[in-house]
Amino acid sequence: MAPQTLFEKIWSRHVVRDAQPALLYIDRHYVHEVTSPQAFEGLRQAGRTVRRPDLTIAVMDHNVPTSDRSLPIQDAVARKQMDQLEQNCREFDVPLWNLHHPEQGIVHIIGPDMGFTLPGMTIVCGDSHTSTHGALGALAFGIGTSEVEHVLATQTLWQHRPNTLEVRFVGKKPPGTTAKDMILALIRAIGIAGATGSVIEYTGEAVRALSMEERMTLCNMSIEAGARAGMISPDETTVAYLASRPYAPKGDAFASAQDAWLALATDPGAHFDQIVEIDLRQLEPMVTWGTNPEMSAPISGRVPDPADESDAVRRDMVAQALAYMDLPPNTPLEGIPIQRVFIGSCTNGRLEDLERAAKIIAGRQVAPGVRAMAVPGSGRVKRSAEAMGLDQVFRDAGFEWREPGCSLCLGMNDDILSPGERCASTSNRNFEGRQGRGSRTHLLSPEMAAAAAITGVLTDYRKLLEEVQA
Amino acid sequence: MTPFTRHTGLAAPLARHNVDTDQIIPKQFLKRIERTGFGQFLFFDWRFTEDGEPKPDFVLNQPRYHGASVLVSGENFGCGSSREHAPWALYDYGFRVLIASSYADIFYNNCVQNGLLPVQLAPDQIARLLDLVDREPGLALTIDLENQTVEAGDLFHASFEMNPERRQSLLRGLDPIGETLLHEDAIQAFEQEHPSPIITVT
Ligand code: SF4
Repeated sequence: MAPQTLFEKIWSRHVVRDAQPALLYIDRHYVHEVTSPQAFEGLRQAGRTVRRPDLTIAVMDHNVPTSDRSLPIQDAVARKQMDQLEQNCREFDVPLWNLHHPEQGIVHIIGPDMGFTLPGMTIVCGDSHTSTHGALGALAFGIGTSEVEHVLATQTLWQHRPNTLEVRFVGKKPPGTTAKDMILALIRAIGIAGATGSVIEYTGEAVRALSMEERMTLCNMSIEAGARAGMISPDETTVAYLASRPYAPKGDAFASAQDAWLALATDPGAHFDQIVEIDLRQLEPMVTWGTNPEMSAPISGRVPDPADESDAVRRDMVAQALAYMDLPPNTPLEGIPIQRVFIGSCTNGRLEDLERAAKIIAGRQVAPGVRAMAVPGSGRVKRSAEAMGLDQVFRDAGFEWREPGCSLCLGMNDDILSPGERCASTSNRNFEGRQGRGSRTHLLSPEMAAAAAITGVLTDYRKLLEEVQA
Repeated sequence: MTPFTRHTGLAAPLARHNVDTDQIIPKQFLKRIERTGFGQFLFFDWRFTEDGEPKPDFVLNQPRYHGASVLVSGENFGCGSSREHAPWALYDYGFRVLIASSYADIFYNNCVQNGLLPVQLAPDQIARLLDLVDREPGLALTIDLENQTVEAGDLFHASFEMNPERRQSLLRGLDPIGETLLHEDAIQAFEQEHPSPIITVT
């Protein structure tokens, strides 16, 4: 047989009806409170049921409070949405991990962490960052609410076959740089619509060298390049990660699954519709300066000058972004004062992220006037971090240590920025108003966010490491 | 879904690239559990001040664009979050057609699901159209999905491409779930051949 890509193998094994669009079987459906109420309502109105509640799991993450859970929820509308999910799941028999479930957390953190997400699966969720799950070698993508309803009713989706795009990272990642820097560098290079219509597979020795959690950071932001999905071929790292997941196969089932997973990897010589190479050799810690994820630069760099843009449209875009961000042209990125820090989200709210940030802040204090929050991505992440004493490290430094949820990534609850506040954030979107009306977001890695909390300004965190060694 | 065949209406310009779904409908309005009623919050942060007063310079607040049902914009319209609240808000506000030079994938799909027609034209055609809308107050555009054309009398004419299946589903106003359930046998056969490896969650 001709060599095949990971994507082709998964796609062809899920086609129920081979047409254009194809009817694709969905192995796993994640549901959350914000994009599902209208889907369940649609089922109710049409007298339909959920076809496979056993393949569906619902969680609350987007507008849950991340403060004390024993208190009543302040926001009446948010509460209504959560009550609605509760009621829908009861009525349609869908398993729900609600606010008080010990494993509650962000859907894209729980799925892989629990072993719900497995290599070779087709996975959907009414959420664009479903691309995260592709890190395990699954085909995982975000859908709208009408499609959520469609999957609930039929366990299938009509899908136009996307193009395949190989993003080949060339060279080793320099010490001190992270998966977050790799993905920001890619989006900067190809633009926020650079992968529209495509499924990305990330390849190269630097990708192979990433831990599973780092791979999730990489795949998470595929959508910020416009991609339908992002994925990585399963390898020994994938298998080792899955060995300890509560819902992954066990014993003999694991042994045979393991072989099947490894066989999914893209065959040597398989064809991609398009290939992009990103040279990592000069990679530095990255930070965004503008109002979409492609507007970034290395921390040693400067904010651009719109006057340098030859293209008029581009010039306007840069000028608009700088006006919104209140940054004069040519400002050095290092040294820009921030008032808030957010470590969390489905991009960087995992245990390793918290560990790496904790290393930077240990024994230091959050700068005066800065409010810093660490929000673990799930109950399990939080408990593991606490068992390692990380909560104490954060608290001692002056961070708030909060309950799991999306929190300040999108500010649907009271975790929100005030107009004009500037935030060093480990999340994935820096759109206007994303973290609150008039808020200004700088996307960066957990290490960089930690360093910004300590110094009160955007900082090359590697300098703080040198201090420790000196 | 209401079938879409042809629409004539006032065009409004939103001359920007990368209009993201966070701008189309900011998150504080995602908590409703209905599909309707989102129009009042469309482009909220651009349309209204902190105190809820309309901002006079925002295009949809200008009297000449009141009642607009066709929105003309730039590249990569609808990028970002998958929230279907974005097309719901556009539709509920009164828009029936979008014309842009490109769209984000999920958003495009969400529009088709809701009978909101996303027309794609080349960047130079968009530039001409934006200019025309600006110069000709009250300019009405006719969008014909049967013939795949956009017209404004003698002033503008363009044809557009659309994927035939998506076009058909708009033209016929299909219920996609009903259509899929016609393939029940195939779905059942697939399930029998491919038992799920999943351990059921309780
Ligand atoms: S953490 Fe942010 S990006 Fe991730 S699912 Fe939640 S709101 Fe979406």
